[in-house]
Amino acid sequence: MSYLIPIGIFAALGAVSGVLLTVVSRVFAVKTDERLEAVNEALPQVNCGSCGYSGCADYAGAVIKGAPCNLCRPGGAAVSARLSEIMGVADEGAEKLHAFVRCKGDCNKTTHKYTFGGVNSCAACNKFYNGSKTCTSGCLGYGDCARVCPQNAISIRDRIAVVDYNKCIGCGLCVKECPNGLIALRPEGQRVEVACSSADLGKITRNICSVGCIGCGICAKSCPKGAVKVENNHALIDSSLCVSCGICKVKCPVGAIVKI
Amino acid sequence: MKELIIIIITAVFVNNVVLSQFMGICAFLGVSKQLKSSIGMGGAVIFVMVCATACTYPVYLLLDRFEITYLRTVAFILVIAMFVQLIEIVMKKTMPALYRALGVYLPLITTNCAVLGVTVANIDEGYSFVQSLANAFGTGLAFTLALVLFSGVRARIQDSNIPETFKGVPATLIAAAIVSLSFMGFSGMAF
Repeated sequence: MSYLIPIGIFAALGAVSGVLLTVVSRVFAVKTDERLEAVNEALPQVNCGSCGYSGCADYAGAVIKGAPCNLCRPGGAAVSARLSEIMGVADEGAEKLHAFVRCKGDCNKTTHKYTFGGVNSCAACNKFYNGSKTCTSGCLGYGDCARVCPQNAISIRDRIAVVDYNKCIGCGLCVKECPNGLIALRPEGQRVEVACSSADLGKITRNICSVGCIGCGICAKSCPKGAVKVENNHALIDSSLCVSCGICKVKCPVGAIVKI
Repeated sequence: MKELIIIIITAVFVNNVVLSQFMGICAFLGVSKQLKSSIGMGGAVIFVMVCATACTYPVYLLLDRFEITYLRTVAFILVIAMFVQLIEIVMKKTMPALYRALGVYLPLITTNCAVLGVTVANIDEGYSFVQSLANAFGTGLAFTLALVLFSGVRARIQDSNIPETFKGVPATLIAAAIVSLSFMGFSGMAF
């Protein structure tokens, strides 16, 4: 009969644990809003933080408390509409953005000042004479942006960052990472962009990079909508005015303007 | 008092739970990626170890009374699992900020063999109740020390240019072995 004692003791231990857990879980029950789960499910779960909250779960909590429904950049219009539906508010719509690297001066188009043999990172390379490329404002090509990308949408080809627009969700993590501030978020509708952000004078740019914007202003003159301006010695396209006609791309003498 | 301090110091340096006894390696490798999370996990483990010892000691006395101490492993796992669940429920209600900060680490502690290890070691060493608590605290401290030290090592690994084949887990395991080797310097020390 002695084997009954352990059985009894373990049954008692299990019963005590079970009762204790049940009672405690009742006493300390946390009320959860059923909308919270619905909102959380509607979010893309990338946890990129572009909405300004520390993750999708955090943003879901904020939406329940009345935060705007259109802050999720990866989700875009679809998620904005779904959240507005759950919360029962009018959909304000969200513009889908994607990242654009404002440089196309890869290792065949620009020259190098020195050979960098240090830590494999743009931030480190940038500390030595503003990077190893002769152009001080160009893409450093060590892939700091590629490493933070949650979707692996950025790859480094010929020492320049290239964004895969099918994968890019427009979270903007790479924008913060680039030491030269080269990456910008652009609305998906805009199909033409200036792939240079050099602030050097046209003559200097011409010497160090075969595809750098020399600030000649031909694009500004040829744009039918007046969307292109030359500032800081390089062209800038105003996304709110651009109709993606592509005339500036054809007219550009150095080929600094690209079609996305 | 002096005796308790010796127990704690022995637990932290001479018999370091991770680096000398190789317990709790899974949590050690999983959580040591960042200094912040390793401190959080360390704090949680200290708390759970002390409380689990306080719970399992009476349970052992009960088992001892009926001479079924061979079942202690099963009984201890039951008590520890129940206890961690209990803390989780209470913490979710009373300390939501800490609950969110610990996140997945809290349920992870249930399967951390170091917690079971310290409760069993207390019995094997023949410690009294107070000595057991001191040993549990020291072991928790040892776990935290190992995590914090190793998160520093891992930060250095991340920044260095190592061969492609060694990146990730292999480099981490080699580094863990070297850190463990350094703790061998304490072995054999007696007070």
